[in-house]
Amino acid sequence: MGEISRRTALKIVGAAGAAAAVAAPGEAEARVVGQANPEDHGLLVDAVRCVGCRACVTKCKEANGKPPDLRTVAGATYDAPLDLNAQTLTVIKRWAAEKEAGFVKAQCMHCAHPACASVCMMKALHKGEHGVVEYDVSKCVGCRYCQIACPFNVPKFEWASVTPRIVKCELCRHRRKDGKGPACAEVCPRDAVTAGTRGALLAEARRRIAERPGAYQDKIYGETDGGGTNVLYLSPVAFETLGLPELGTEPAPELSETIQDGIYQGFATPLVLLGALSVVTWKNSRSAKTEEER
Amino acid sequence: MTARARPVEGRFLSTPIKIMLLLWGLGTVAGLWRFTHGLGAATSMNDGYPWGIWIAFDVVVGTGLASGGYAMALLVYVFNRGKYHPLVRPALVTSFLGYSVAGIAVAFDLGRFWNMWRIPVALSDWNGTSVLLEVALCMMAYTAVLFVEVSPALLERLAATGQDGKAALARAWLPRIERALPFVIAVGLVLPTMHQSSLGSLLLVARTKVHGLWHTGLLPLLFLLTAFAMGYAIIYFESIFSSVAFRRPLETRLLSRLGVFVAGVIAAFLVVRFAGLAASGRLGLLFSSGVHSFFFWAETLLFAAAGWLFLQQRVRAHAPGQLQAALLALFAGSMYRIDAFLTGFNPGQNWIYFPSLPELFVTLGLVATETMAYVWIVKKYPILAGVSVPASRTVPAVAAREGVVS
Repeated sequence: MGEISRRTALKIVGAAGAAAAVAAPGEAEARVVGQANPEDHGLLVDAVRCVGCRACVTKCKEANGKPPDLRTVAGATYDAPLDLNAQTLTVIKRWAAEKEAGFVKAQCMHCAHPACASVCMMKALHKGEHGVVEYDVSKCVGCRYCQIACPFNVPKFEWASVTPRIVKCELCRHRRKDGKGPACAEVCPRDAVTAGTRGALLAEARRRIAERPGAYQDKIYGETDGGGTNVLYLSPVAFETLGLPELGTEPAPELSETIQDGIYQGFATPLVLLGALSVVTWKNSRSAKTEEER
Repeated sequence: MTARARPVEGRFLSTPIKIMLLLWGLGTVAGLWRFTHGLGAATSMNDGYPWGIWIAFDVVVGTGLASGGYAMALLVYVFNRGKYHPLVRPALVTSFLGYSVAGIAVAFDLGRFWNMWRIPVALSDWNGTSVLLEVALCMMAYTAVLFVEVSPALLERLAATGQDGKAALARAWLPRIERALPFVIAVGLVLPTMHQSSLGSLLLVARTKVHGLWHTGLLPLLFLLTAFAMGYAIIYFESIFSSVAFRRPLETRLLSRLGVFVAGVIAAFLVVRFAGLAASGRLGLLFSSGVHSFFFWAETLLFAAAGWLFLQQRVRAHAPGQLQAALLALFAGSMYRIDAFLTGFNPGQNWIYFPSLPELFVTLGLVATETMAYVWIVKKYPILAGVSVPASRTVPAVAAREGVVS
């Protein structure tokens, strides 16, 4: 074990970033909202390397205290989540193209400009430290607009509960205090999931593409897709085959925010409208009164 | 016929009301089931379709149908068409009831409903980019405004029939409210302009999920126009319904002159919608989208038929034509809104949604509650104009039976 693995190296880079951010909380606040930040924490998911062992799924459940998603087939019981759900923050899915087939991991993409946080009424979902999209249950009213808004269908709702929460990957932020990163990356035997800062992960992704140009699509999904995400993907096939939507470079909430801003002009439009209508209704009510008196 | 509003009076518990009480009971049981067993047990909603009919029908369609107060206030107080004044009070009452019911539906729908109080109170948590927050705050404020707008009717009754203390209080407050009314009305015009358009804006963010025939940057304008179309149509429906139900004269002539205006609103909706599709190069979707094309054309043809019938009122005003026009417009507007939120919404991954029985029971129960409340209010309070004083009040019952009419 003479060589420090890349994973360890990236972990160190990430930890250093984390330490810096903890030391200077002002820095985290000063970040440009809605823009991908190279210091943000994220994951690199490599669909070329993933062999579908599901160690990440099991470890994720353990790290996040989520119960198994049990399914009984022909008398035998399996912990086999079919998709992200209220018990499952990450899942491995099979994909198949014409000639090839393989596995890919799904979890929250931790968008630079997340639709879920943009639409959340009370900031229960919000962009937290290190660009992680965090959930604060104390502020959540359970409206599920985040589920409508997310183009990746990531936030899940505890439908079976009388006191339901929104459930999604928060990049194991609760493990940060123990100096640990995301559990899924920790157990991946093939570096198919790597944790680190966005900048370091992009560099690593480019290195892998350059090393085996024939094996990879010449694109890193999430670099610019949907305005940039902190979870990045490498793939041997078209990214749609992996179930990643074609979003363009525009952040998902951009259109909505632009149109609402355009109409409201920082609430000036409603105030002007109110002023104008007050004058009109007041004048009209006076003329109606004089008519009555006549 | 007098233009003064009067209580309809008469017995409340009729057969239709008994049926509605039954629906209310079913809704209550379904609602209890939802609160004790959770949304998953009671509804068909799922992670792909997190909004079902409680949002798409009870709130989005429901407040559209409750836009009568908004539409009439605009006509009477802004365009100064005082002759329509008799239609305002019943419109405000149905609007108030419609918005109240939408509020109750939201409480059923919110997973963590006990946190609801935070929405108007926890100002520091307000997210300025959330369209839903704007809709929620506007609807809460507008429901309060509608209550103030309706309150003169309640106070008038209290002033006339209440005990001395209450009557004096009502008499003291009536002029104060009357003075503030122009401003209250202005607020009551701005708020629905904001949230009725924003109901459409809610879907802007779901670019990948809402079908191209419904997803457009013009959603806020299209929803505002459907609010007007549905608002005026419900005035027709309500006027004719209350004439038949409470035996008061039809307002056919008054309504006929409004027809051109409603037809104009519908035409504007259709023009904006087709122009938007043409501008974004989506006219091809009109015929290539299977079931979605079908729904699009159903909405369009219903609207066009309604517009044509409304226009006909200029030539030959008659109540059946007005009722047909109104029902077509109400159906078209409701369908457009349901389609945008549910039929045209596709989250992918083979998710499906069809409302469960408890969901339908709650919705029917809420509609029944709203209808019962309306009937009770117009019987008790001075809402409807042209109501004839019941014979039992003018003529002693015995005298009437013996044919002695004074």
